[in-house]
Amino acid sequence: MKRTLRVIEPGARTLVQDQGFKNVRGIGVPAGGVLDLTAMRLVNALLGNPEQTEVLEVALSSPCLRAEGGAVRVATSAGLCGVVRSAQGASRAIAEWTATWLNDGDELHLASPARGGVAVLGIGGGLDLPFVLGSRSTCDKAGFGGFKGRSLAKGDILPVRGPGPFDAKAGQADRVFRLIPRLAVGPIRVVAGPQPENFTDGAYATFFGAGYTVTVRMDRMGMRLAGERLEHSGPGAADIISDGAAPGAIQVPGNGLPIILLADAQTTGGYPKIATVIRADLPRLAACVPGDILRFTGVSVAEAEAAARAQARQLAEVTASIVETAWESRDPRALLELNLISGVVDMGRPNHFPGHIFDTDDDVEMC
Amino acid sequence: MQYLKARALADSAITFDFALSIGIEASALVHAAHLCLNKGIADGRLSGATEVMQAFCSVTLHYDCLATSQAILISQVEALLAEMNVAAQPAGRLWQMPCCYSGDFAPDMDYLAQRLAVDPAEIVALHSLTALVVHALGFLPGLPFMGGLPRSLALPRRAEPRTQVPAGSVAIANGLCVIYPWVSPGGWHILGNCPISLFDVDRAAPALLAAGDTVWFYPIDIDQHRDLATQLRAGRLDPLTFIKTAAQ
Repeated sequence: MKRTLRVIEPGARTLVQDQGFKNVRGIGVPAGGVLDLTAMRLVNALLGNPEQTEVLEVALSSPCLRAEGGAVRVATSAGLCGVVRSAQGASRAIAEWTATWLNDGDELHLASPARGGVAVLGIGGGLDLPFVLGSRSTCDKAGFGGFKGRSLAKGDILPVRGPGPFDAKAGQADRVFRLIPRLAVGPIRVVAGPQPENFTDGAYATFFGAGYTVTVRMDRMGMRLAGERLEHSGPGAADIISDGAAPGAIQVPGNGLPIILLADAQTTGGYPKIATVIRADLPRLAACVPGDILRFTGVSVAEAEAAARAQARQLAEVTASIVETAWESRDPRALLELNLISGVVDMGRPNHFPGHIFDTDDDVEMC
Repeated sequence: MQYLKARALADSAITFDFALSIGIEASALVHAAHLCLNKGIADGRLSGATEVMQAFCSVTLHYDCLATSQAILISQVEALLAEMNVAAQPAGRLWQMPCCYSGDFAPDMDYLAQRLAVDPAEIVALHSLTALVVHALGFLPGLPFMGGLPRSLALPRRAEPRTQVPAGSVAIANGLCVIYPWVSPGGWHILGNCPISLFDVDRAAPALLAAGDTVWFYPIDIDQHRDLATQLRAGRLDPLTFIKTAAQ
């Protein structure tokens, strides 16, 4: 019998995502993919999956899933924890960064991601979904990829691929990291540009000196920041001939307030970009929630590349530290501390926080 | 050939500028550079580069900084461009695409007529007698930005963008023409509707149009639009039949 995960509750915005679409920016398709590539790699490591196996990206409130047709292994990222309830009524807690088994009929009840942010849930073997444009990511704007081109809905049945690598020994042990993955601290590192000439020296001094607050107007396309306005270098400098964008690029429209572009950002943009967040710090953006204050510091391209290599080494150390842990060893008090009440969601606009890059404001790029 | 300027998008990508203003010349340079770098990736001469994307005046090369470095890639790009012959690029395809300029399909026609001081019949004639060149695809999957509009049809975007532009809308602004492949918010002036689907992930090439292609619109009435849309939707009509001249 085919193993599946039945969606008992979908969560506010649960999307199948992997590393993103391949070679499609030239035809106007956003690269897409999971907001936090590091989290995707780590949950896949816990599961023994290839590192780019698709995951469920959870935002604001989490789904509830039931394993059917056999046992299914799942793994939680940072900020995601919950309870597994068996059909017989037994329950046990699952902490963050844990791979565990759901036996046939078990329900996985997940608490909202920590602070109402974004987290990922890995699935042993991945999901048996077709590749579209080289990916199993979801492009919900154009309605293709992932699971039916949309976020999960109640009653969906997700086909789990193959016999997962651990099926032969469907034992009771969880897998966890002995070295806990930690995000870097300190200012977000950026490389100035690609349009430094469109900003005054004063704008850079402000950008690197002041803190910027993450606003509620964030989604998978971008994160709008509030703070001191950044001055363009002259009349017309707030518009450029549209050129290529990338996740982490920080565009500054005419109102002077920066927007950090994320995975689903449009492929080209007509606002000048003051700086671009380095690859090693992109996972820190995925962890941001409204109210967080971001500070920026400038590095060179060579320093950015060195930081990416250092991060890759750290990830290798973390994934080399995986250990098995018996269910019984878990502190039962953890169960009581879990908050299983979903976060507050604007269900009129369930696609993440109120405010969307397509709001018809003067600072929104519009075709 | 060489680029004018290389711009780093941190350790994710590099944008190479080839021209300073939008137009046929810029488009040809960028298209040639795009083909050249794509071939470089295919031939293994840009190891670590993942994707090249063309815009109006530039191309952006995305790369994996764990597999290469920006300094190495830039020198490899310079070597590839030095070998490039702009004249050697293949010409794009020529399309003749139907456009209905009437009724609800053209909500901005009256405004355009008044604003441009050209009557609607003349707008249709000007628009459909112009060879529009696809400079780039962007903003939405499959959306073509086409240049070559006559100056008499140049005007800025609407002050108030619409929250919902119907799929297939043919619209103009800033001297360019677009076709919206999807229902989308939009701030351009809508003067007609094309019934052909511009993007379908089930096609071998999901985007119907490509940079470098030329598009001629021809006017159809509302009944013809409905018939074509029905046939296209049912799969009885292949969108590729609207190609009049294949790429050379």
